[in-house]
Amino acid sequence: MSYKTIELAILRYRPETDQAPWFQDYRIPCEEDWVVLDAINYVKDHLDSTLSYRWSCHMAVCGSCGMMIDGEPRLSCKTFLRDLPEGKIRIEPLANFPIERDLVVILDDFMEKLQRVKPYIIRKEERALDQGEHLQTPAQLARFMQYTHCINCCCCYSACPQYALIPEFLGPAALALAHRYNLDSRDQGREEREEVVASNIGIWDCAFADACSLVCPKHVDPAGAIQQMKIGSTIAWYLDHLGLGRKKT
Amino acid sequence: MIEKSLPKPFVREVARTTWYLTRRRDRMHMAQELSSIFIGGYALLLLWGVKALAAGPEAYQAFLTSLGSPLSLGLHWLVLAVTLFHTVSWFGVTPKAMPVQIGEAFLPGGIIVGGHYVVWIALSLFILFVAGVFNGG
Repeated sequence: MSYKTIELAILRYRPETDQAPWFQDYRIPCEEDWVVLDAINYVKDHLDSTLSYRWSCHMAVCGSCGMMIDGEPRLSCKTFLRDLPEGKIRIEPLANFPIERDLVVILDDFMEKLQRVKPYIIRKEERALDQGEHLQTPAQLARFMQYTHCINCCCCYSACPQYALIPEFLGPAALALAHRYNLDSRDQGREEREEVVASNIGIWDCAFADACSLVCPKHVDPAGAIQQMKIGSTIAWYLDHLGLGRKKT
Repeated sequence: MIEKSLPKPFVREVARTTWYLTRRRDRMHMAQELSSIFIGGYALLLLWGVKALAAGPEAYQAFLTSLGSPLSLGLHWLVLAVTLFHTVSWFGVTPKAMPVQIGEAFLPGGIIVGGHYVVWIALSLFILFVAGVFNGG
């Protein structure tokens, strides 16, 4: 027995035939414990096999099922139907990215930006194997822990008004990950990242709308990371220009 | 034979002048950005006052008199309201910009926000004291 019948309006775009995206309505029976992804899977399995969308883990880990649900960027596997307002549910591909097909967007821009901030540990001197592992205290780990929860779902880019208006902007997730490595006690790459992070398409393009942090399904705070980097970068600039050398973080 | 389709991504245009009207959080963000103009404008007014002070007692008196006009008083109430909105909204997000880590934990955001209010009130009282408000003139 289904819990109730719901209506979905899903944005469709088939590049071979469509000049522009259009909404297709579906009525489906759903269960009380269903998330939006279950409803879309029902459409795919029972009503319309031509619908394209991305998903994998169904447990808010893989980061592939982000989409606009009633106008907000969310993970469809984490958004319960019972929590949405009554009425037709509007489902669109993530905003601020080009649509490849139906709910599938092209994320190449994010992938390229992510690489540019060098989101990995950079060492000036490599540690020899016989020197053992890099030790880290729980306090040193706590310093950057929340940023490691980012799953690259790109909901933050869809919420960011600056990214919408300035496509060159490196954006929330890439900058939050740059901050994550800058804060890591094992890392020595802050200055190397600074060239990109503090450039005119980096942290200074952020107007602190805070939308990225509000929509993040993993409770990461990219907006906070960017403001912290603005402060750090400003202090470093003054120290440099006062001849006091770069402050290590 | 399967015909290979050329990729034809669809780019959704952003309404460059009206994008913030849809969501409440975007409207609040733009209101906060707009409030900076009032604060900048008031800073210019204060600079004008300093210029009048440098020009001599008569010029300064004329400046003070102009501040008492109904239009000026109305604007002051408006700027006060906008400044309070600007201050309260920025104080609210200070824990994000300047988190304080103690050991493995972070200081609760409320303490950081509260600290800003304490400093704000203390500075305001100090300025009022210097201005002689507490000496009856």
